[in-house]
Amino acid sequence: MSNLRSLTFDAIIIGGGGSGLRAALELAKSGKKTAVLSKVFPTRSHTVSAQGGITCAIASDDPNDDWRWHMYDTVKGGDYIADQDAAEYMCSEGPKAVFELEHMGLPFSRLDNGRIYQRPFGGQSKNFGEGGQAARTCAAADRTGHALLHTLYQNNLKNNTVFLNEWYAVDLVKNASGDVVGCIAMCIETGEVVHVKSKATVLATGGAGRIYASTTNALINTGDGIGMALRAGFPMQDMEMWQFHPTGIYGAGTLVTEGCRGEGGYLINKDGERFMERYAPNAKDLAGRDVVARSMVMEILEGRGCGEKGDHVFLKLDHLGEEVLGKRLPGIVELSKTFAHVDPAKDPIPVVPTCHYMMGGIPTNIHGQAITMDESGNDHIVNGLFACGEAACVSVHGANRLGGNSLLDLVVFGRAAGMFIEGALNEGIEYLDASESDIESAMKRITRWNESEGGESIPELKAELQEIMQTSFGVFREEKNMLEGVDKLALLRERIANAHLPDKSNAFNTARVEALELDNLMEVAEATAIAALERKESRGAHSRYDYPDRDDVNWLKHSLFFPATKELKKRDVNFKPKTVDTFEPKVRTY
Amino acid sequence: MSNLQVSVYRYNPETDSAPYMQEFQVDTKGRDVMVLDVLHMMKEQDSGLAFRRSCREGVCGSDGMNMNGKNGLACITPLSDVVKNNKLTLRPLPGLPVIRDMVVDMGLFYKQYERIQPYLQNDTPPPAIERLQSPEERDKLDGLYECILCACCSTSCPSFWWNPEKFVGPAGLLQSYRFLADSRDTATSERLSNLEDPFSVFRCRGIMNCVAVCPKGLNPTRAIGKIREMLLADAT
Repeated sequence: MSNLRSLTFDAIIIGGGGSGLRAALELAKSGKKTAVLSKVFPTRSHTVSAQGGITCAIASDDPNDDWRWHMYDTVKGGDYIADQDAAEYMCSEGPKAVFELEHMGLPFSRLDNGRIYQRPFGGQSKNFGEGGQAARTCAAADRTGHALLHTLYQNNLKNNTVFLNEWYAVDLVKNASGDVVGCIAMCIETGEVVHVKSKATVLATGGAGRIYASTTNALINTGDGIGMALRAGFPMQDMEMWQFHPTGIYGAGTLVTEGCRGEGGYLINKDGERFMERYAPNAKDLAGRDVVARSMVMEILEGRGCGEKGDHVFLKLDHLGEEVLGKRLPGIVELSKTFAHVDPAKDPIPVVPTCHYMMGGIPTNIHGQAITMDESGNDHIVNGLFACGEAACVSVHGANRLGGNSLLDLVVFGRAAGMFIEGALNEGIEYLDASESDIESAMKRITRWNESEGGESIPELKAELQEIMQTSFGVFREEKNMLEGVDKLALLRERIANAHLPDKSNAFNTARVEALELDNLMEVAEATAIAALERKESRGAHSRYDYPDRDDVNWLKHSLFFPATKELKKRDVNFKPKTVDTFEPKVRTY
Repeated sequence: MSNLQVSVYRYNPETDSAPYMQEFQVDTKGRDVMVLDVLHMMKEQDSGLAFRRSCREGVCGSDGMNMNGKNGLACITPLSDVVKNNKLTLRPLPGLPVIRDMVVDMGLFYKQYERIQPYLQNDTPPPAIERLQSPEERDKLDGLYECILCACCSTSCPSFWWNPEKFVGPAGLLQSYRFLADSRDTATSERLSNLEDPFSVFRCRGIMNCVAVCPKGLNPTRAIGKIREMLLADAT
């Protein structure tokens, strides 16, 4: 192993999406030796697919808007297991972070007075739910993620950030004290494997929607950071909480923004009925995503679905007119024509709830520091390890994320992690170097694949995993089905451990990357399955037939999955915001 | 239904002394799938086949390639758009060095993008809120900011093939104009002086291949025309 080349940085950021680039920008400006290591060229990261916008109380649409109202919506939207100190930080710091993006050049759409255009999104209210629908989502047409990601990449170029593009992080390297001191990474172009040494390792690797057969997520969303952290023995929080976006295009899975409903579109069943009026009389189509997704599934199960198989519903937009569609939703018009063969100016788009977002992830504090918990239930910081963005669980999204809050999460907590790491580096960080055996244990996995001589094929195993998750851990869940899923996953883990990588070549070997990704999908799927089975209640996106009610007595808690024992423990939710009164749990209706 | 005949460019620098075309038979079950779906089916037959892909919905720009002679994104190109006589030929984007199979080295393309300083420059201190911009000023960025850096345009441009080191190319110039057109940007004269040599902009011969292939329906030739006008106005 000693012949492994090493690269040394003050901070290594794994992932070139919104949160990674925002963290990198902060560190690059500070002059710290920072690199972004990304398996794709940064603007190919999944942030680019975000459409509708970034939710933030910048008081543009409504001059009296208040970040506390946004915080209330966020906490309620998360069904009360969002950490209130984190939601407070995100919503109050948000405007600063959004104005910074504008100053960097993000081409937001505009109001007549020149300020940033904001549109209504689901779960938004004025005056703590008492003042009706708010319009709080700042948008660049329906390409906000693209505009945001490119702007951040451009500003990293401006600030001379070092990029290791098309490099794949394999596993974390821990020293003898258990501190994270870097990672093993592979240059995809040459196949060279190196030891990246770093005082701060930031997992900004995004989500893992590819554990499901049907997802809005990019093909690259394989939960690499989650897999790395679990293999290193660190716990995952709230992994049972997966958001199913109401409007994935039927068949293709591609996303149709909630902004469609924000602009006045609505869902109809086969009778042409606007059915959300029955399920959420006030917010209707702009209720929380979990509520809308469940309502759609109920319509389908009760025989009011559309199409020959009655297995989807329609999103009606034609009444908005070509001008609004062309101005506010041009990307949706394109996507519907390409993937649904429908011109939304004339016909409704067939849609179905589709896996979209992982609310859970690596537990962190508001500085991005990864957290673990001891036997007595006390939190401890994991030295050297940070996470931000979808890979992290701060938790601002609790059991259900509000639309437009993910982009805000990325920039606020990417920035926060960057600032904190800068400060920590200034104060000085000294950890023990990794020993040869520490490095060897981080090399185990890639070595296993490289030495595999036979076994099952990677794409087939991946398809099986996705089918298990789709069947047993979808919008509605129940014990019997989940137990079967957990058993099947246990068998699948064995098979993946013996699977075969036929192509051992070095130059741009995408088969090797897919093999390594499959391990990560397996880790994420298992954590999800066990957490879903063990949380015996229905809350937010986690909805069980056998436990249909929210159980605040037992489950007003985060779940924490420990990989070594495969146990699920409970962790306290933060109910102590610093500047506002606690939002006490209430019955959640829209 | 007979299988689709796909001919694909193969080159692995470790094992092949020269590139070659390999024939695949792909059973699409008669469905009008996307070219990217066909590539995935081929990869199941031969896991060594290398190509880039990410979003699979036409916004990340990973899978630009040459399909039956025309550049485009594999993920949003249905077979019915490109297949002729049940045959599909897939080659990497032309004019850039091939790393392996369909994967090209985009270094030169990115270098030209970086050269135009693709970031907003404003020498006044930012206000406490956003900089104001009227909807009309913002409208000027439509058709410019949507570029996904897929390189379909620049790699279909003969001027870029001949002078990839000196001619910025349609993608870079589109982005250059995106900042020249932004009411918030104050670096107009520096941007223009960075482009006034005979090659950077003026090597564009108005062939318009860029417009014909842009998967996002953008018009780099028009943007280049606007830059020319600004350069000429600046010079007089």
